[in-house]
Amino acid sequence: MITSVIIFPGSNCDRDVIHAISENTGTKVESVWHKERVLPEGTGLVVLPGGFSYGDYLRCGALSARSPIIDAVKEHALNEGLVLGICNGFQVLLETGLLPGAVLTNKTLTFICKKCYLRVERNDTPFTKGYKKEQVVQFPIAHNDGLYFLPPEKLENLEKNGQVVFRYCSESGKTDPEFNPNGALNNIAGITSRSGNVLGLMPHPERASEDILGGKDGVIMWRSIQRWIERE
Amino acid sequence: MEINTEMDRKGINLMDYKEAGLTRNEYETLKNALDREPNKTELLIMGVMWSEHCCYKSTRNLLSMFPAKGKNVVAGPGENAGIVDIGDGLGLAFKVESHNHPSAVAPFQGAATGVGGIIRDIITLGARPVASLDGLFFGDISKQKTRNLADGVVKGIGGYGNPVGVPTIGGKTFYSPRYAGNPLVNAMCLGLVEIPKIISSKTAKAGQLVVLLGSKTGRDGIAGAAFASTQLAEDTKTSRPNIQIGDPFVEKLLIEACIELRDKDLIVSMQDMGAAGITSSSSEIAAKSKVGMILDFEKVPLRENDMEPWEIALSESQERMLLIARPEDMEQISEIAQKWDLDSAVIGHVTENKDYLIRNNGKIVADIPASLIGDGCPSPEWKMTRPASIEKRWNFDLEDLPENTDMQKKLLSLLKNPGLSDKGCIYEQYDSMVQTNTVTGPGNNDTSVIRVKGTEKLIAISMEADPWKCDLDPYRGATETVGRSIRSLAVAGAEPLGMTNCLNFASPEKPDQYWVLNECVKGMADFCKQVECPVISGNVSLYNETINGSILPTPLVGIAGLISMKEDLVSSGKWQEGDHIYYAGMPNPSLAGSYYQLLITGGISGRPLPFTPEAEQDFLDRAVKTAKNRLVSSGRTIKGGGLLVTLAKECIASEKGAAFDMNIPTRKDVFLFGEGGPRAIYSVPRSKVVAFKHQWNGFPILKIGEVRGDRLLVNNDIDISVVELTKAWRLK
Repeated sequence: MITSVIIFPGSNCDRDVIHAISENTGTKVESVWHKERVLPEGTGLVVLPGGFSYGDYLRCGALSARSPIIDAVKEHALNEGLVLGICNGFQVLLETGLLPGAVLTNKTLTFICKKCYLRVERNDTPFTKGYKKEQVVQFPIAHNDGLYFLPPEKLENLEKNGQVVFRYCSESGKTDPEFNPNGALNNIAGITSRSGNVLGLMPHPERASEDILGGKDGVIMWRSIQRWIERE
Repeated sequence: MEINTEMDRKGINLMDYKEAGLTRNEYETLKNALDREPNKTELLIMGVMWSEHCCYKSTRNLLSMFPAKGKNVVAGPGENAGIVDIGDGLGLAFKVESHNHPSAVAPFQGAATGVGGIIRDIITLGARPVASLDGLFFGDISKQKTRNLADGVVKGIGGYGNPVGVPTIGGKTFYSPRYAGNPLVNAMCLGLVEIPKIISSKTAKAGQLVVLLGSKTGRDGIAGAAFASTQLAEDTKTSRPNIQIGDPFVEKLLIEACIELRDKDLIVSMQDMGAAGITSSSSEIAAKSKVGMILDFEKVPLRENDMEPWEIALSESQERMLLIARPEDMEQISEIAQKWDLDSAVIGHVTENKDYLIRNNGKIVADIPASLIGDGCPSPEWKMTRPASIEKRWNFDLEDLPENTDMQKKLLSLLKNPGLSDKGCIYEQYDSMVQTNTVTGPGNNDTSVIRVKGTEKLIAISMEADPWKCDLDPYRGATETVGRSIRSLAVAGAEPLGMTNCLNFASPEKPDQYWVLNECVKGMADFCKQVECPVISGNVSLYNETINGSILPTPLVGIAGLISMKEDLVSSGKWQEGDHIYYAGMPNPSLAGSYYQLLITGGISGRPLPFTPEAEQDFLDRAVKTAKNRLVSSGRTIKGGGLLVTLAKECIASEKGAAFDMNIPTRKDVFLFGEGGPRAIYSVPRSKVVAFKHQWNGFPILKIGEVRGDRLLVNNDIDISVVELTKAWRLK
């Protein structure tokens, strides 16, 4: 498995996700500058990392979604390659149209950085196969604009299609509004494309990939992806 | 020498030395050194370069009291930040700097650019910034004005630190009406660098090029350093043009570009552009490298075309670096700058002689010996008088303080005090985890801890200040300040690597205020010498006063310590059911300058505990050994609020209760709420109790209770659930 981590100007979780994936899977991870037009040969997983690409200017992710590499990422997705967008990477995916919807400023109107509980809604995606259904995991969040939004009809479709993969919840898995840190509709923390090969989420699995950092729930995601790709 | 005479004549007519911020004596010194009248540009440059902010003229002598040498010191004061050797070929660079006046005027931008500036100090050494901490001192938080200001400062720190990708892992927050008109914002940054890759500002050689990298130069923040060195005007709106505007996105690009340039060995020497912009950065390199420099201002990329040479010289536009490069490397440097969408321009060259020369379109606009700019400022001799009122402040008779009966009510009041309560509403606005190194971030902890990837090592950092005690007795208060920080590190298991500090004081021109500053520095220096903790960097912020009065004397320290193996870390908030809880330390703290005293009496008075060098050293040695021998589940030093608050915080963080049956050796309120001195709470697993007692044999320890259940029980005084304590502390 080869992972390509796209680096935009202002990405700041690129080195973190490279560390988490290479330490936990022992596979090759390449950095790809956003001005490239092709992905490295043999890329199985493309990661759009967290950070503040282009300083969040204009709209979070809007400028990066027009970077030269994005065409190659779209093509990779069309060919059923795996694409993972974390935090700002998720925002970029929304702006490219690879995933539906938009994120708005948190309901608190502030940046929020803290550990959050998430409920795994689907464990039949390449990214989540290793989790149990409805397993509660802990990933930190760190964002200013994470309130996931879709108009009611489209939201209903998203739910009907089972595209919601992670939902903010309590330690025991309750999804009451009080456990929703940013006001995201239906407590949505992460969604997948209809075909299941593109995942975007606001929380950071790479920050939950070592005991010394306070948790390892993210490791299951890296191993799930590895198993999926190596089995193919 | 050919000098632009028109400018010269005009300069003298237009420009009085006082307007440039120079004293008569400084002006005479300058004139004598030049052997002629300085022109307008030269006067303005020297006014800024000889300001307190840039040359520490009032404090140079004081700062020489600090021990700067130590076995691990790679770079001490004089560079942009100090560096200590942490082994494995790595250096840890760190420094704290103030951005007080800008934050008073424009809280968001002032705080944001404070963070940006200190991060660039770290980049300048070739280090990658790995963590930030902030010391914040605000007025009465119940006042709307203070809340707005604090909100702006916190948003500014997050607004800059978060996009740049440097985690904010801790800090210190303190409230007192004494900071109402003059808040303090001290930003500390740490960076890691492979020692052979360290970049110095002393290594420029003749024939090399002077290169500007980063943002274009504009009119923002002109003469900000001089502004920082005077008393704040009542109407701070008039000071707005002195404030710089930050762009964290460009800073992030600058970090990556500098690291790429460093890795390709394309930087000979480097300086960041903070205070006094191009002038300060370039003349510092010239002076430290003992070379001359010619700058051609028409080559500086500008935001506005019609800028005067003195404006270009002193602009504090943010996100710029000054590099010294070999001519043959320029092509590669431009390519890397372009990759990161940054401007780069050759604006001058290094010369053999010692002259610092600025030209604009061929005309000389300034010509000053480089050494004069850096070190030529005469040190003013401020008078020092011990304030007559100091003994009055010590007037505090315990007998006058009624012995309190309702300890529980008092404990809850203290937990709700904004200085002691949960700061979640502040630190949750900061990204504390980016870079995935944060082992202990901000929150209910004694120290902040990061790990060093690729090694087994941890770095613990503690930021402390104790302004009330410094106000009562500056020497004792300063020793307590250092003590708080270094004791926390020792309890965590860390050996001190070095200290940085920010001296926030009022005007040194008033003799009693200068005495306070002097006493504080003496106290800090004595503590550091005793425990062999070198002072490797620092910053001075004077003139922190408004017409309504001066701030509390606020020396702030940041100490970094090394833990060689991650298993040796002792955290706080890790009580285990059944653990025995020990109190280590003398049983006679003091209520002078304590949170409890303020709560009960509405003011502070009395004399804080004296500095006890041997006891401090003994405590630190035993605490580090306790960690290394892995004798405890949890440890926490006793700081603000005293023993009861410390126990409550351990309950809250551990989510566990405990029962205490203490044989209180002194007055109850003093023992439960007193502050000061080397003291800590340890929770010891039963199996380790014998070894723990052996480790502390010869030092006063007291078994005071056991971890048990979900309530905090203390003698007949306290009986409250941990849930209720948590609610109070979280202000819910």
